[in-house]
Amino acid sequence: MTVMRVALVGNPNCGKTALFNLLTGSRQKVANYPGVTVEKKSGLMRLDAGQEWELLDLPGAYSFDTDSLDEIVTKDICLGNVAGERRPDVIVCVVDATNLRLHLRFALEVRALGIPMIIALNMSDTAKRRGIIINTQGLSEELGIQVIETIAVRKNGSDQLINEIKQNLPQAPLSLADDMDYHEEAKRLISANVVMPSKTSPTDDILDRVFLHPFAGLLILALAMFLMFQAVFSWAAPFMELIDAGISAFGRFVAIVLPEGPLRGFIVEGLIGGVGSVVIFLPQILLLFLFILILEESGYLPRAAFLLDRFMIGAGLSGRSFIPLLSSFACAIPGIMATRSIQNQRDRITTILVAPLMTCSARLPVYALLIAAFIPDQTVWGLFNLQGLTLFALYAAGIISAVVVSFVMKKIRRSSLQAQTLMLELPSYRLPNVRDVLFGLWERARVFLARVGKVIMAITVILWVLSTYPAPPEGWVGVPIDYSIAGRIGHAIEWLFQPLGFNWQICVALIPGLAAREVAVSALGTVYAISASVEDPSAQLLPIIAADWSFATGMSLLVWYIFAPQCLATLAVIKKETQSWKVVLVATTYLFGLAYLASLLVYQLLA
Amino acid sequence: MYNVNHSHLGLGAMEKRYLSDMKIGEQATITSVVPRSANDSIARRLRNLGFIEGEDVKLITFGPVGQDPLLVQIGFTRFALRVSEANRVEVR
Repeated sequence: MTVMRVALVGNPNCGKTALFNLLTGSRQKVANYPGVTVEKKSGLMRLDAGQEWELLDLPGAYSFDTDSLDEIVTKDICLGNVAGERRPDVIVCVVDATNLRLHLRFALEVRALGIPMIIALNMSDTAKRRGIIINTQGLSEELGIQVIETIAVRKNGSDQLINEIKQNLPQAPLSLADDMDYHEEAKRLISANVVMPSKTSPTDDILDRVFLHPFAGLLILALAMFLMFQAVFSWAAPFMELIDAGISAFGRFVAIVLPEGPLRGFIVEGLIGGVGSVVIFLPQILLLFLFILILEESGYLPRAAFLLDRFMIGAGLSGRSFIPLLSSFACAIPGIMATRSIQNQRDRITTILVAPLMTCSARLPVYALLIAAFIPDQTVWGLFNLQGLTLFALYAAGIISAVVVSFVMKKIRRSSLQAQTLMLELPSYRLPNVRDVLFGLWERARVFLARVGKVIMAITVILWVLSTYPAPPEGWVGVPIDYSIAGRIGHAIEWLFQPLGFNWQICVALIPGLAAREVAVSALGTVYAISASVEDPSAQLLPIIAADWSFATGMSLLVWYIFAPQCLATLAVIKKETQSWKVVLVATTYLFGLAYLASLLVYQLLA
Repeated sequence: MYNVNHSHLGLGAMEKRYLSDMKIGEQATITSVVPRSANDSIARRLRNLGFIEGEDVKLITFGPVGQDPLLVQIGFTRFALRVSEANRVEVR
């Protein structure tokens, strides 16, 4: 017997995902629907007597009369029009009891599909608290569909729903005239079955007055973002140190256990060292996700989009691009993953393309090294530290170039895709539910590790092999990496980078640095034959490069790092998220081009 | 404000008003959603979201600069609309 397939459909913000979490627990799977970047969430739900249901959490939809990719996918899945996806046996249409007019209208559209369905009247507790009285029985009879009250945030809030589906398998609704005016019908159903004391919750009115205030609202947003960054950088630090220590200890342990030889080198330096250099960012990424999830669950995120929309339009983006771009200051990978909340495809691609311009934390070690080596530690204008000012300028340069790039892209791609729109619902404020936040965090961490883990593993291994083999012959003077393939590639591309003032050591270090930008620092250490076993290779590296490189070279490399697409993991995520090699190619080419031009300009002016 | 299909021809009470002309706290009734082209997906979307003739709307607030976007309450739902979207909605 095949497993029964149950699909959850409903408007965005109806509490569908919370209900999904309640029903499936942790037994969830996230993937993409074939050929599109619409997220497919499915899970297994265990009933008593060993029976199991497969549950689908379909993308939120306002209507099936649509151009939106999410809504088209939802409709096609319901109708069984997607190859390889069996039509659901039962549709559970989730409606928010506090927002019936909009949600009931959509339920009527779903009913017209003619598939067995049941309606989950969700958030029925909140509705009662607001004094909304719903005649569920009457609604059921008029709709010809069972209507069951649910409370997705309560432990047993869905028991009645499950029992109902189990006992009386829902039947397909009778076919109805499809020229029905859904708005009129929803209105009629509500006036006949619902008593509604006040239109909105007074809490929403008060909170919106504060959070959307032209001045106070922006101030609160700035404070929230400041707090988020503070947390990402300072709270994550101890965990990062812990991971760092753990990885080093593990590496040392393996080095003792394994006999000397290529295998040991491969595992200790290639695998453990390489993967470690990326995994170390996991605490920052998770904290970032945690903040975004809380903002999302509480209903604040669309408010931030509302406040910032006008500022972002100027740059050819929309308010929804703000959070992904902000996240990219920690790491472009979660930033690019967060662009899924941008429905407009053009806005989404533009946001993905400029996300790598935000100064990610992996650039900081590189910036720190170069600034310490070439920028004097002195006070300018009696107030600012020159080194700090330089770092600020690097961040600002990234942001300004992102604005310019997205503005140019807007001009180029103006009429090529669907119109830019906002039309954003600002849902009721809600206290984030701990279970839903934790599930969300777990899901994103898993997606991050699954999507990026393998790629990073592969990249670091390949780069390690390139930097190690072939091993230098007996009597080779110089560092071993110079003899390796990476060393030879570095020498081979030297002519290309000579106009930028890069010497062969930099060219060689750029290659292992493709794994993650901060790896370039340790790679430089290797090239300059600093033993990797010392505590702080960058402290030893500093006097060497300060003496060996010219000021112009140092500045040129600094500027290079504002733009350069040096992180293969980012490019891999762009491919995964857009399903398009073209976007990857565009990103790589334009970032490389900008980096090259900017460095060329800086070096030629200074040299 | 850059409301394009505004007619200031002194028609008094006959003058057409749009959602984007409303003041904060003001309430009005939608008279129609005017499509800009034969297949105006924004107008269609607005109708699907509940912006239809006879519905009451209330302007809650504006975005912090340039009175754009608008926050509109319709039924039990609040929507953020850009001026370029809201000026398709005719009100009375």
